[in-house]
Amino acid sequence: MRTEWINHAALTRPQEGGMSRRSFMKAGAIAGGGLVLGFFVPGANKFARAADAAKPLAAPNAFLRIAPDNTISVMVNRLEFGQGVNTALPMLIAEDLDADWSQMRGELAPAGDSFKDPVFGMQMTGGSGSVAHSFVQYREIGARARLMLIGAAAEQWKLKPEQLTTAKGYVIGPTGQRASYGSLADAAMKQPVPATVVLKDAKDFRIIGKPTPRIDARAKSSGKQQFGMDFKLPDTKVAVVARPPVFGARVAKFDAGKARAIKGVIEVLEVPTDRGGRGVVVIADGYWQAKQGREALAIEWDTSAVEKVSSAKQMADYKALAKTAGTSAKKADISQLAGAAKKISAVYEFPYLAHAPMEPLNCTVDLKADSCTLYVGSQFQTVDQGAAAATAGLKPEQVTLNTLMAGGGFGRRAVPSSDYVIEAVNVAKAYRAAGKSGPVKVIWSREDDIKGGYYRPAYVHRADIGLDAKGKILAWDHAIVGQSIITGTPFEPFMVKDGVDATTIEGMGEPYDVPLNLSVHNAKANVPVLWWRSVGSTHTAFVMETLIDEAAHAARMDPVAYRKQLMGDKHKRHLAALDLAVEKSGYGKRKLPKGRAYGVALHESFSSVVAYVVEASVTKGVPKLHKVTAGIHCNQAVNPMTIEAQVQGAILMALGTTLPGAAITLKDGVVEQQNFSDYTVARMPDMPQVAVHIVPSSDAPTGMGEPGLPPLAPAFANALFTLTGKRLRKLPFDLAAA
Amino acid sequence: MVTLNINGRDTQVDADPSTPILWALRDNLNMTGTKFGCGAALCGACTVHLNGAAIRSCITPISAAAGQKITTIEAMETDKVGKAVQDAWVRHDVPQCGYCQSGQVMSATALLRTNKAPSDADIDGAMSGNICRCGTYQRIRAAIKDAAKTLA
Repeated sequence: MRTEWINHAALTRPQEGGMSRRSFMKAGAIAGGGLVLGFFVPGANKFARAADAAKPLAAPNAFLRIAPDNTISVMVNRLEFGQGVNTALPMLIAEDLDADWSQMRGELAPAGDSFKDPVFGMQMTGGSGSVAHSFVQYREIGARARLMLIGAAAEQWKLKPEQLTTAKGYVIGPTGQRASYGSLADAAMKQPVPATVVLKDAKDFRIIGKPTPRIDARAKSSGKQQFGMDFKLPDTKVAVVARPPVFGARVAKFDAGKARAIKGVIEVLEVPTDRGGRGVVVIADGYWQAKQGREALAIEWDTSAVEKVSSAKQMADYKALAKTAGTSAKKADISQLAGAAKKISAVYEFPYLAHAPMEPLNCTVDLKADSCTLYVGSQFQTVDQGAAAATAGLKPEQVTLNTLMAGGGFGRRAVPSSDYVIEAVNVAKAYRAAGKSGPVKVIWSREDDIKGGYYRPAYVHRADIGLDAKGKILAWDHAIVGQSIITGTPFEPFMVKDGVDATTIEGMGEPYDVPLNLSVHNAKANVPVLWWRSVGSTHTAFVMETLIDEAAHAARMDPVAYRKQLMGDKHKRHLAALDLAVEKSGYGKRKLPKGRAYGVALHESFSSVVAYVVEASVTKGVPKLHKVTAGIHCNQAVNPMTIEAQVQGAILMALGTTLPGAAITLKDGVVEQQNFSDYTVARMPDMPQVAVHIVPSSDAPTGMGEPGLPPLAPAFANALFTLTGKRLRKLPFDLAAA
Repeated sequence: MVTLNINGRDTQVDADPSTPILWALRDNLNMTGTKFGCGAALCGACTVHLNGAAIRSCITPISAAAGQKITTIEAMETDKVGKAVQDAWVRHDVPQCGYCQSGQVMSATALLRTNKAPSDADIDGAMSGNICRCGTYQRIRAAIKDAAKTLA
């Protein structure tokens, strides 16, 4: 998630790294000893608690611990859910600490003030910002610890710090003295924290920029990695919730008799659910008993007070709205549209999309009279901690949120309304109110996940483009219809500007010099919506890059040459990414076998630029994507091995949105899909061969968790146009109907 | 009480016979390496071996497994083929979020037990029931071929 404004802030302030408001601190005496560095956050005196906690690796505010056993643990202030931050942030510290990679470990940080994103001002994982926003912050921690270790060795050896160097986890003296960081850690703790440090020059990097295997690869290949779903305190009970069939509906009456009769079922209780709704929770010894209990419930729902959306009508309404001008987002002169020699008129349709991470949502709550402890794979620790406190009737400091590793998320675990966390706390409250005690884990089934809302919104775009006889774009009138993701959330003051939700329009027009007159209708509907990997660019990139391709054909120009002409020389990173993809793919040089065609698309999101040249074919009406050559510009690549994985993954996820059945639809307010049987995601045979090429750069890094997604579907569609002459304007693709 | 043979050991499970193997493993035996993804044999995250063949433990009741050999991800480190697959997974840096990978490793191991040099089509056939939302398929394909080589 991002807005253009937040993103610009990120671009203009990367060197601050949040240091200006914070001081580096040594943590208090920590059990186990060693050097522990963290931040002091003015006004949040948690260090007293850190000293008392006696949990060395979970000490609040600690970022780095060098233990006497020579392991170096890095507190990762993000959710690790596949994007590799649990490896990337230790890489950053290891670089300027001059540690050996083999001694590095990653730990996910609990909710805490010092773990807030320096740019966003809250603890969260999103906006492809984990590495970009931490690049300076984490390296400075490593650099400070290195100087303290040198200081300790200098004292021991009675030398001056300037005489000492470091390499791979050792301080080295002028006559060959060597001391490991672990052996110096206790002494280093007594050194003052340096006020200023100089970071390494990019030419001296040993770790940053080197393909580095994930720290967690072995644990994740052997079933040993613990996820939120696997977490269990003694005597934890499992809860499943029967949620209303229409969002926000309520329980008229229910009969729990048959559910209570199932062995292992402990409680059946009515509980508040999201959007003012009411549901029924079944709490049991295990998931299977709870699920059996839920199936045995007889519930009569009252849906009278809530809007019941039907997708067919909604799309028709959206299309009608799109014909009219909405709230202006970008203004341009469109007077030449009517008399233009050539015209392109297009209407695009995008469905709701579920995130469907492989690990279904879950949240363990240990609620007591004066405390609430959460164990959850949250992308939004600060927001979820506050929401849990408000729901439990406690102060935020009485709520501990422990971040557990998550099996994917793609945005679904970053919910401004904290839907699943609040629900879990409400379940724990009801359980306590029923006279029970002990932790409760709410588990969502896959059906709960698919039907549970918080979708990428459905959108309609309408474009009317006027071109001159040579194909130059004279006027471009454009309207977008869709629900606002941001309105009504705490992000509204920053991300809704002049009545326009930034996530509805981000990516429109860019990077081309075109006279785009853009307006927006932010429609309302009783369907919860949310950011979904790459947010607004999931739809704007498709529209932009297929229309530019169409304009290139109208101009009878090569689509790559046409794009370059429209960009001019102002967009050097775009040009570099595009040129790299074109060169490596053989586009324009290598003739493809009969029945195959190239397709090209280019898009910037989260300040990174991705260009794709794809190869596709159509067999018996079925499109197939064979090959993708990627040109990436993300400035300094921190871990090229992860970037390659993120690009492969984003391609696969985007490809999934083109496949038949990749849509969430509603009828009379009820979501029509249930599971992977009727909500399509991409599988092994769909995977194209992907080659990732990164433009070399040592500028401050930009994120790569999301930017690989947007240009894939349009590149594929452009190739399918070359093969079939059909312009696909609806997702998922339907060649027969196009 | 149902007696299950899990990873070579007879184990008593105090659960209703209709309980899926998945939940007996996870909730009764605290063996959480086998994952819950869909509950309907649609995603493969829960894949285990029953008498050496890959099955979906989320829909297979324990009553159907009594007296037969259940093998889970926890036993793969000491299994020649399973270990080769895991090592290849690490060499190719396969996992992203990692949640589906227990099931992927179990399906790949079952494949390599019966097919020592799988083609792309063989891999598609054996692995298409295992969903990975992170998109690790390209590395999975490479890792399976690499594991096959190390076992040859």
